[in-house]
Amino acid sequence: MEKITTHTGVGVPLRRSNVDTDQIIPAVYLKRVTRTGFEDALFAAWRGDADFVLNQPEYANGSVLVAGPDFGTGSSREHAVWALKDYGFTVVLASRFADIFRGNSGKQGLVTGIVSQENIELLWKMLDAEPGKQITVSLEDRTVTCGELTVPFEIDDYVRWRLMEGLDDISLTLKREEDITAFEATRDAWRPTTLPAKTEPKQQVVAARPAQ
Amino acid sequence: MGTTLAEKLWRDHLVVKGEDGAPDLIYIDLHMCHEVTSPQAFEGLRLAGRQVRRPDLTIATEDHNTPTLNIDLPIADETSRIQINTLRDNAKEFGVRIHSLGDADQGVVHVVGPQLGLTMPGMTVVCGDSHTSTHGAFGALAFGIGTSEVEHVLATQTLPLKEFKTMAINVNGTLAKGTTAKDVILAVIAKIGTGGGQGYVLEYRGEAIRALSMEARMTVCNMSIEAGARAGLIAPDETTFEYVKGRPHAPEGADWDAAVEYWKTLVTDDDAVFDTEVDLDASELEPFVTWGTNPGQGLPLSATIPSPDDFAEESDRTAAANALTYMGLTPGTPLRDLHIDTVFLGSCTNGRIEDLRAAAAIVAGRSKAPNTRFLVVPGSARVRLQAEAEGLDKVFLDFGAEWRNAGCSMCLGMNPDQLKPQERSASTSNRNFEGRQGKGGRTHLVSPLVAAATAVRGTLSSPDDLEDAPAALV
Ligand code: SF4
Repeated sequence: MEKITTHTGVGVPLRRSNVDTDQIIPAVYLKRVTRTGFEDALFAAWRGDADFVLNQPEYANGSVLVAGPDFGTGSSREHAVWALKDYGFTVVLASRFADIFRGNSGKQGLVTGIVSQENIELLWKMLDAEPGKQITVSLEDRTVTCGELTVPFEIDDYVRWRLMEGLDDISLTLKREEDITAFEATRDAWRPTTLPAKTEPKQQVVAARPAQ
Repeated sequence: MGTTLAEKLWRDHLVVKGEDGAPDLIYIDLHMCHEVTSPQAFEGLRLAGRQVRRPDLTIATEDHNTPTLNIDLPIADETSRIQINTLRDNAKEFGVRIHSLGDADQGVVHVVGPQLGLTMPGMTVVCGDSHTSTHGAFGALAFGIGTSEVEHVLATQTLPLKEFKTMAINVNGTLAKGTTAKDVILAVIAKIGTGGGQGYVLEYRGEAIRALSMEARMTVCNMSIEAGARAGLIAPDETTFEYVKGRPHAPEGADWDAAVEYWKTLVTDDDAVFDTEVDLDASELEPFVTWGTNPGQGLPLSATIPSPDDFAEESDRTAAANALTYMGLTPGTPLRDLHIDTVFLGSCTNGRIEDLRAAAAIVAGRSKAPNTRFLVVPGSARVRLQAEAEGLDKVFLDFGAEWRNAGCSMCLGMNPDQLKPQERSASTSNRNFEGRQGKGGRTHLVSPLVAAATAVRGTLSSPDDLEDAPAALV
């Protein structure tokens, strides 16, 4: 995971509330076996609409999503975060997020900042007045800056620390690698290993056929 | 104050104690993978340039998508084929042992682990699959995990976790003839509800549990998740040791003695306190079947379809009304009157050799009801071979059943084995959710004995319904 202390990028106003994970990425995309390449799936149902904000050329390089309240509700699919990241978003700002979505985001390096709805409205106004305008998000100061406007945002201390250190769950655990190795040294001899493989004598399995 | 079995297992796998509200780091002894929940985890490793830390504690098998017919031909469905090929490629790239279609050790992941002797008492076992709770029958802490956690285990062989709460399920008395482990667990779920176990490890205790065979104990622990629990547990005893001994990966010689000595300590201390306790009298149980669309909506076979008005809570009334509509049922109808289109014998709940033997004993020498289809899908290729060695395949085929290759099959209908809309099934699997066995399909969960008797009569039945007049029904 990359370290993030400040991020600057094009702000994208998403004037909708209750954007659930089915809207972020519909279920049909969950059959894929890859971890990347979900950018085409992001907001798939809305992308066909020429007026949809992401279809406006000014927002082509958007990386800070400014959304309405209750973003990320619904199913716990991790794909929602992958899709936002794959598309190029680094930050989502909203006045309220669904818990699981926010948890998944923190693990995958997507910043979710809580900004009061009043300030979200101010940001929307500025972005509407000047489409393609940049927004700077500082994790250090916990502020969002757009032109003259600077407003605060909230984020969990532990998640903020992890984002600034660029630590995902796995890297955090790997910091304890010595402890893991030490634990492994104490494991009993009887505990089984899958390798080398042991099995009953090999036998042929004949294919069953449809009943005639 | 003493400690519970769950607490002992936790303590013995603690790598780092979490401080200031941080989770504990727990070591994982065995990680099993299948094709559906592992692809993104392996991809994550690849993207981060990481390896599988302990390929020697990891094993993969193909089960959810595999066809049960013509397994020597290419898989027709594209998604299934891609998922299976991806698992094969990943196993090869990362050095993970895999049992593929056509291999004698291929099968449902929760049948394969115990059968190889890889599941033992005192272990932590995980898999990207909720029915990992099955392995708790050995006195192992076993639970399902999500795809990110699969990646975490692959990379570190550990998981950051908060300790689970403990619940004792005391099943006293003796089971009557014709009632099985499946009836016990369905009754437990009906009693505590599908959310009753949330956040808990359920430890099944008492005379009736002690009397169960190892395979029957797996049936009980398998469905712990249907009560919302993280895991199920049964303390190991002679039955457990006997089952493990001599299996391919079982310890030998001095290792065996050391293992048994430790395993004998894996019991809940007399003065330990559970967070919650539930009691059930086994002698009062009769064959149990579900009528609704969640595993908690179950009743004794002798009952009639309930009316939504029978429920005190508004939410239960709504749930019952919705279930009755989906299931196409009328309150007051005796469960025994329901015609069954398809009987499915299989899955990680009831697809083991004892289940096949029990069902074969009932159908032997009889003929199948003409308008009922009977699908027999062994839980693993090894179970199938064993059954064939005992001649059970002949018994089933002579009866009129279909004899298939191993896999999850109609338990979740990811392969071609599906119910048609509005078809009604009696299934030995574990979930009767809407559409689980095929879009619009209607599932009644039953024991293998009820499944077999139902295939004879064509309506929901127990073996008792057959006893006096088998010949007349032919
Ligand atoms: S048999 Fe059913 S419950 Fe068991 S692993 Fe397969 S799909 Fe899941």
